[in-house]
Amino acid sequence: MIRVVIAKPGLDGHDRGAKIIARALRDAGMEVIYTGLHQTPDQIVETALQEDADAVGISILSGAHMTLVPRILDGLKAQGLEDVLVVVGGTIPEDDAAELRELGVAAVFTPGAHTSEIVEFLREKCAPVA
Amino acid sequence: MSGRESTEPSLEGWREAYAATPKRTGELHTTISGLESEPLATPETVEVDYDSDLGYPGQFPYTRGVYPSMYRGRLWTMRQFAGFGTAEETNERFRYLLEHGQTGLSTAFDMPTLMGYDSDHPRSLGEVGREGVAIDSLNDMQTLFAGIPLGEVSTSMTINSPAAMMLAFYACVGERQGVARDKLRGTIQTDILKEYIAQKEFIFPPEPSMRLVTDMVEWCAKEMPLWHPISISGYHIREAGSTAAQELAFTLANGFTYIEWALERGLDIDDFAPRLSFFFNAHLDFFEEIGKYRAARRIWARELRDRYGARDPKSLLMRFHTQTAGVSLTAQQPEVNIVRTTIEALAAVLGGTQSLHTNSYDEALALPTEDAVRIALRTQQVIAHETGVVNQIDPLGGSYYVEYMTNEMERQAYAYFEQIDALGGVVEAIKQNFFQREIADAAFRYQTEVEQQQRVIVGVNRYQLEDDATPTILKIDPSLEGKQIARVTELKARRDNAAVAAALAELKVGAMSDANLMPLIVEAARADVTLGEMCDTLREVWGIWRETPTF
Repeated sequence: MIRVVIAKPGLDGHDRGAKIIARALRDAGMEVIYTGLHQTPDQIVETALQEDADAVGISILSGAHMTLVPRILDGLKAQGLEDVLVVVGGTIPEDDAAELRELGVAAVFTPGAHTSEIVEFLREKCAPVA
Repeated sequence: MSGRESTEPSLEGWREAYAATPKRTGELHTTISGLESEPLATPETVEVDYDSDLGYPGQFPYTRGVYPSMYRGRLWTMRQFAGFGTAEETNERFRYLLEHGQTGLSTAFDMPTLMGYDSDHPRSLGEVGREGVAIDSLNDMQTLFAGIPLGEVSTSMTINSPAAMMLAFYACVGERQGVARDKLRGTIQTDILKEYIAQKEFIFPPEPSMRLVTDMVEWCAKEMPLWHPISISGYHIREAGSTAAQELAFTLANGFTYIEWALERGLDIDDFAPRLSFFFNAHLDFFEEIGKYRAARRIWARELRDRYGARDPKSLLMRFHTQTAGVSLTAQQPEVNIVRTTIEALAAVLGGTQSLHTNSYDEALALPTEDAVRIALRTQQVIAHETGVVNQIDPLGGSYYVEYMTNEMERQAYAYFEQIDALGGVVEAIKQNFFQREIADAAFRYQTEVEQQQRVIVGVNRYQLEDDATPTILKIDPSLEGKQIARVTELKARRDNAAVAAALAELKVGAMSDANLMPLIVEAARADVTLGEMCDTLREVWGIWRETPTF
């Protein structure tokens, strides 16, 4: 079973998207761990480690993505978790999204994205190696 | 068939003819909130007793409007929410808006300010000035309103957990400009209950938070009689995914809760109820929204009179601000958002709003550019000056469907009040995650309907463009964070730090007692104590709130 941590970094409390994604992934048969709000990058890395996550989904609408997401990526690397797939969702301008992908984010989902698209993406990328 | 029979009106005949006609399939016929209704409203659909259910504008039960003349007397206040970067950038945007005919100011704060952290706090990193303006101290507040005479504008401040500190800063800026507190006009949001329910910008647990709110209500009743100390807000509840009826019901239930705390404090209902104001969402489902506003006025007036014994007619008036639904905006083909916003704004006006913020078309992408904000403001000006809708008070009153929708909203609200009471009231229901679950369920239902194409969103799941170009968006200069950190660091170095320590010690003692904290917070503001320092002191005494994450 694919294990996904859905994380809300920073101070932003907008959790509508995070909760919808969490529910959709659970309904699609994944094991979902939702961190709750106001997580620091370190806390998110720790959760990914503890939960043996295959993927981390970061939901952020505060505009702080260029500060917080790279810190999460660095933290995962420092823990030897570079295999954990990182996806980001939120109001992310295209230029920033391109930069985040360059830094190692597997995908950035912006407003209007379908949950089924996210489910498919995770299934494909987190499929067990045959 | 005789000619006479064929012209005889017949509801039955219409029903049969309707049933026999093929219908469009695929899209739902329910409202955006999922409400089913008959395809046609008739006198049989809705029972209205004109005098007791509608009455006249400015008269009980205020269904048709809170003022006798409504927009023939005075247009709504056009109030665009603004704030980004440091106080200097936002001050410039404020002046721009005033120059373009805006009639009130509305301040958006950044996340660290909203959460009670100074800009130099580690948790503020990357967030300073991003979603609003960073205000750490009285110093910053003074810059924010530089050149804007506080005696002549009305100011709205959207802040909740640290509302008391921001109100103190504002009162002190007035003092320095030579404007007495009892001349300051405006609104501060202070609605902490909807933070636990929906927006999640909470710091302290519910009980001490409610005590602080009640301190503000009590202090404003005495010191700032023209100020609205709470704006009871459904906006964020709706944005989090609620239905229209949930927005209405939860907001009103929160309003009753603030009243009950103030009465418990020993205040007279008529000493504070006239200063309570409201803030609703204007979503796309036109008639549902109009029904919601009309029901809100009627319920509030009835409950204030009958349940809380208000005698001053001003206590019965539900006056509200409206903002168009941010959540209805799309990142795809963003210009289409101008159309959505126009329809929503019209619903707010036909629903009798007292002030209005229209969203800018680029807000699903970033904070709005100046050009986008100007179009949003122009949208209101067109409605006000070119469409003629302002000439008629409650022009949809008496429409069978609008009256049906008004009654239906009211009925659903009372059903929720019963459920909330059964859970032990709003604070208990928050602790049991009741609201959070209801909203998450509604949000998920809606998302599912969109993904199954049962609801069409133009440009998103139908009528997409291959080459959907992004407009130029506002970029927040990342160097502003450093500039703001330098401002607060410099302040902390140059102020009288013994006076700071003394003010904080007094605030701490106050927080442990049941004294009204507002005078202590004003003293601390004058001594250049920062927002984060005051909040830290209260965190030490009261602890912090963590919600149980559910989805």
